[in-house]
Amino acid sequence: MTCDEAEILLHALADGELDAGHTSEVEAHVAACPRCSSELAAIRQMHDAIARADLTFTAPPQLRRRIEAALPQPQPAAPSRRSLLKGFAMGSAMSALAATGLVAVVLRNDDQQRIEAEIVSAHLRSLQAGHLIDVVSSDQHTVKPWFNGKLDVSPPVIDLTAQGFTLIGGRLDYVDARAIGAVVYRRRQHVINLFVSQTANTEQLKARTDTIQGFNIRRWGERGLNFWAVSDIGADELNEFGETFETAMRANKEG
Amino acid sequence: MPSNRSNDDPERARRFRELALPHLDDVYTLARYLLRDAADAEDAVQECYLRALKHFDTYRGPAIKPWLFAILRNVCNAEFSRRASSPTKAIDDTPEAEEKPPLWHEAQETPEGAILRERDASSIRRLVDALAEPFRETFVLREINNLSYREIAEAAGVPVGTVMSRLARARAMLRAAWMAQEEPSE
Repeated sequence: MTCDEAEILLHALADGELDAGHTSEVEAHVAACPRCSSELAAIRQMHDAIARADLTFTAPPQLRRRIEAALPQPQPAAPSRRSLLKGFAMGSAMSALAATGLVAVVLRNDDQQRIEAEIVSAHLRSLQAGHLIDVVSSDQHTVKPWFNGKLDVSPPVIDLTAQGFTLIGGRLDYVDARAIGAVVYRRRQHVINLFVSQTANTEQLKARTDTIQGFNIRRWGERGLNFWAVSDIGADELNEFGETFETAMRANKEG
Repeated sequence: MPSNRSNDDPERARRFRELALPHLDDVYTLARYLLRDAADAEDAVQECYLRALKHFDTYRGPAIKPWLFAILRNVCNAEFSRRASSPTKAIDDTPEAEEKPPLWHEAQETPEGAILRERDASSIRRLVDALAEPFRETFVLREINNLSYREIAEAAGVPVGTVMSRLARARAMLRAAWMAQEEPSE
């Protein structure tokens, strides 16, 4: 590595932005080059001086109050709780069902980020040697029955090989302290894990794509099932996968 | 779930409060450095939060800070256009902007191992304020707001490579000014 090549990477090294491979390359160069070594020291010296000085500002209280006042006020809790209790008191199956749905919605929103993070962790675990697949088969009629008795849901297993996503098997995983089904697909050299779990919510949930730790994760809900597709393929390809799967699932009631 | 939820939706407002309000000081800090004026910064931050709530459905996570900063940046650019008569210019995103001569020449002659003399916060703030855009913005996002390169790229709407070159340039300029005997006058 030359000094010219190292110049910008010195900043990335000081900022902790380099991957392990580049870190050792730049560190090796710095160890052998007095000029870059002193440059790195200068970057760190200024960074430390700035951190010591604390250059942040605190928002003035009146600004905080103005923004607070401009936001919709939180609903007072009492009336809604009363109406909920009233619903239970009526004892109708409908109101109990509605209340369950309400709780499920609240929990899902609260837990969404944590569950997605767990899904990504499960995806990462699956990529370690020997963890990817419990049942190896590209035949949906082999993979689907394998889940029987292992889960409280029967995950739809759909072969999408013709559409460019090869079914390679299934796996039992654990997310949110519960067993969850994972159907595994391959796109070129990339693995797509499709996690399926049960939900109390039977309405269709619009797809939403997030990026966590560099992985794309597409989430949707249909017919009482929650789906999370995770992969390192691009968001557009992952969306293509999700849409292909949703279309096939609707067409294929056997699913 | 309906996507066209109104601003009055209590669940949505609650989620917005929980996610966005904790970053008020961060957003205000960036506004102070972008606009270099306390009153303008307050107005910009308030406008930023109103716009953020309005467009909360476009927030795709996981980190909300870069998203808020991108909105603030748009608000500030609008403010710069409004100030058309003032000498301050909008954040210039064109590639040529980086080719313009820096305020100081890079510290090519900085003596090796030279020690930066200690400056207090207000003195360093003046040095940062004197940095030209877009270098000031990149520097503040990294060194004061503590964003990762990717987050800076997201907030500023530029590639990570641009973030890296701007940051290197900003640090060289700041260091040269820091080493100078006289501070730039306000």
